[in-house]
Amino acid sequence: MIRLSELGPGGRGRLAQVGGPRGFRRRLMEMGLLPGTEVCLLRCGGLSGLVHLEARESRLSVRESEARELWVLPN
Amino acid sequence: MARVALAGNPNTGKTALFNRLTGQRGQVGNYAGVTVERREADLVLGEGAVRLIDVPGTYSLSARSPDEEIAMRTLAGLDADDAPPDAVVVVVDGTQLERNLYLALQVIELDVPVIVAVNMADSLTSQGAVVNTEQLSAELGVAVVLVSALRGTGIDRLRTELEVVLQDPSRGRPGWRAVPSDPALLAQLDRLGEQLPAAWTEGDHEPGGGENRRRALALWALLSIDEDDELLSVTQALRTEVRTVGASLGRDPGEIDQTVIEARYGWIEERMPRFLTTKDKPARSLTGRLDAVLLSPWIGFPLFLLAMTIVFESLFAWSDPAIGAIEDLFGWFGTQVAAIVPDGLVQSFLVDGLLAGVGGVLVFVPQIALLFLLVGLMEQSGYMARVAYLMDRVMRLAGLNGRAFVPMLSGFACAIPAVMATRTMERQRDRILTMMVVPLMSCSARLPVYTLLIAAMVPVGGESNWSRGKLLAGMYVFSTLTAIACATVLGKTLLRGPKVPLLLELPPYRLPNFRSLFTTVFERSMQFVRGAGGIILVCTVILWFLLSFPRQDPANLPPSEPETELVSTSELASNALHNSYAGRLGQAFEPAIEPLGFDWKIGIGLIGAFAAREVFVSTMAVVYGLEDDEDEHSVRLRERLAAQTRPDGTATFTPLVCFSLMVFFALACQCMSTLAAVQRETGGWRWPTFLFAYMTALAWLASFAVYQGGKLLGFA
Repeated sequence: MIRLSELGPGGRGRLAQVGGPRGFRRRLMEMGLLPGTEVCLLRCGGLSGLVHLEARESRLSVRESEARELWVLPN
Repeated sequence: MARVALAGNPNTGKTALFNRLTGQRGQVGNYAGVTVERREADLVLGEGAVRLIDVPGTYSLSARSPDEEIAMRTLAGLDADDAPPDAVVVVVDGTQLERNLYLALQVIELDVPVIVAVNMADSLTSQGAVVNTEQLSAELGVAVVLVSALRGTGIDRLRTELEVVLQDPSRGRPGWRAVPSDPALLAQLDRLGEQLPAAWTEGDHEPGGGENRRRALALWALLSIDEDDELLSVTQALRTEVRTVGASLGRDPGEIDQTVIEARYGWIEERMPRFLTTKDKPARSLTGRLDAVLLSPWIGFPLFLLAMTIVFESLFAWSDPAIGAIEDLFGWFGTQVAAIVPDGLVQSFLVDGLLAGVGGVLVFVPQIALLFLLVGLMEQSGYMARVAYLMDRVMRLAGLNGRAFVPMLSGFACAIPAVMATRTMERQRDRILTMMVVPLMSCSARLPVYTLLIAAMVPVGGESNWSRGKLLAGMYVFSTLTAIACATVLGKTLLRGPKVPLLLELPPYRLPNFRSLFTTVFERSMQFVRGAGGIILVCTVILWFLLSFPRQDPANLPPSEPETELVSTSELASNALHNSYAGRLGQAFEPAIEPLGFDWKIGIGLIGAFAAREVFVSTMAVVYGLEDDEDEHSVRLRERLAAQTRPDGTATFTPLVCFSLMVFFALACQCMSTLAAVQRETGGWRWPTFLFAYMTALAWLASFAVYQGGKLLGFA
C-alpha cells in the first residue's frame, strides 16, 4: 500500500484507504473515491501543490496535504 | 399549479435543459429566506402549464454548504410553506453516469416522483458509447429519457413522461433501490425517523407513503449532521438525537458514512455493464491534452493573464461602435425633444435630466452584455474550474481555497450574484471573508466609469502610447490584486480560521451551448437595464432637481459684480449650478476630496455614486449638460469631460485626476444593493458596516497616495 502521489503521473491503482476529516472524507467518497475504486494519477506536485486524478470518468483535484490520506494498491 | 424541480450535479447542462424545456426566460427570484437565486418558469405540457424550478447543482444531498442544504430543502419540501415538488427531473450526465446516478438514487429514496433525464446524448454518440435506457429504467424503477440539451433531442419524450408521472405519481416512486446491508443501522433509522422535526413530516399522511421518506430524511440527518456542520435547518433536538443514535450504533460515524455510500455505489457498479456499453477510450483525450498545457504553472498561468488582457482589450474594441451608435441615438433624441418642447424647465428636465441620465447609462449595455458573455463562456467551456485550480496556491495565502476565486471572478460581472455564489462554500468564515473582498473586484457598474475616464484620459485618435485596452486591463488586475491582498490581511487578522481542504472537479472541456448562453446574457443585461430604469432614473430625477434649484434669475445676481453685463449664457448657467442645492452640497464636500484631486462637481457625482456607481456617469451627464449651451446637446459626454476646465483654466480631468478617480471607484464601496445582499447573507449589519467603512477608507487613502504621489513625481 502506497500513497496516491507515489503512483507517479500516469500511474494507476485501486484506492485502499480513504482518510481525512469526516466531512471532507464523506464528500470524497460521495464523489466516487471509495476503497476499491480504480484511480489514475494525472499529475501531482509542481508549483500548484495540487494532485489531479481521474476516477469514474471524472477528474478531481485535491491538495497534496489531503492526498496524503489517500492510500492505493498500485496495479 | 403543479411544481416540478430540476436537480442534478454541477456541469450536467441542467440550466441548458431548463431553457430548452421552458423555451423562455426564467423569472429570477430567491429561495425563501435566503438569497440564492431561484429560477422558475412555466413549462407548457399537453394538459396545461406546470412550474419548473431550477435547484442548485449538487453532487449529493448530504449537505455541507448552504447551496446543498437548499437543494435538499427544496427537493424534500422541508420548509413549512414549501411542499415537496410534484415531480423531480434528475438530470444526469451520460458521460459520467456512475457518479451522477448516485444523486438520482438519493432523490428516489426521498419518495418524490422522479424522472431521470440522461443528458449529453451528443457527447455519448461521438464517444461511441450507448446508454441502455430500458435497462436503466427497469433497474431504477423510474422513467429514463435520453436527451441532448445542446441539440434539443429527446425534449418531447421528456415532456410526455413528465405528464405521465404527474398523472400517476406512483410510477415515479419505486421505493429505495440500494439499502445498506446493516440491520442495526436500519432499525436506528426508523427510530430516528420518529424524532424528525414536525415541519419535515407534515403532510406525510398518505397510507404507506411516509415510511420511505422518513427513513431517507433520517439517513440524511445521520450523514449530514456532524461536529462541525453549519446547517441551518437542523433543530437542536434532532442534533442530540443523531448523536444518541450514532453512539448506540457503537461505530465510528465515518464508518457509517462509508457503509451507506458503498451501498449506493455498489448498487450502481454492479449494474454499470448493463447500463452502458463503451468503446475503448483514446489513450489521451482532448481534455487531457488541453489540461497538460492549461494547468501547467509555467504556461497555464501566463496564458490565463494573456487571455484576460485580450478579453479586456476586446471588451473595449468590440463594444465601441455600439456605444457610439447609442450615444448618437440619445443625442438625436435630445435634439428632437428640444425642437418640440419649448425652452424652459420642462425641456431642461427631459433633455438634461431624463435623456442625458438614462442614456448615459444605457450606453454601457453593449460592454456589460459582452462581459456577461465572456464570464459565461468561461463557465460553460469548463475553463472556470481551471482558473480555480491555478488560483488555489494564491488563495491559500488568505486561508481560502481556489474555489473562492470563482465568486471573485464572477464579481467582475456583478458583486451581488457573486456574494450569493459564496453559498457554495462550506464555512461561514470563508463565506464572510469572500464577501468582504468580492466587492473589490471591478464589477460591470464600474466599467462605465472606467470607460468614460479612460476616454477622457486618452482621446480617440490622440497621440498617446497608452492603449486604452491596456489601461482597462490594468484596472482589473489592480482590483484583483487588491482583493487578494485584502483577503490575505483579513484572513490573518479579523477572520482567522482553519485551513479548508480543496475538492475541485475539473469537468471535460465542452463547446459552449450558445443558445443557453445568449439566454443568460439577455436575462442579465435586462436586469441591468431594469436597474437603469429604476434606481438610476429616480436618482437622476432627484439630482436634476438638486442641480436646477433654487432657480436663478439674472436680475438677482449680486450687484457688486460689475462684470455681470458681460457674462455669457454659459457662465450664467455655471453660476446657477454653483448656487444650486447640489452645488452647495458638492462644495461642502470639497475639502474632503480636494486632496484626491477632485473638485466640487466631481463631488456631486461621488455623492450620487454612493447609491450606485453608474449614477456617477448619469450625474456627470446632468452636471455638464446643464452647464452647456443648448446647441451642444449632441456633444458626447466623454468629449465634454475632456473639455472641462478649472477656474484657473487648466483641465479638470488631467490624466492624474482621472487615474485617482478610477482608483477611488475601484476601491470604494458605492453600491447599496451589495451592502443589502451582504446584510441578508450574514444576517446583520455588522459585516456590511465593516465592508463599507474599510473599503471607503481604503479608497480615500489609495486615491490620496495616487494623486499626491503623482504630483510629487511631477505629473500634473
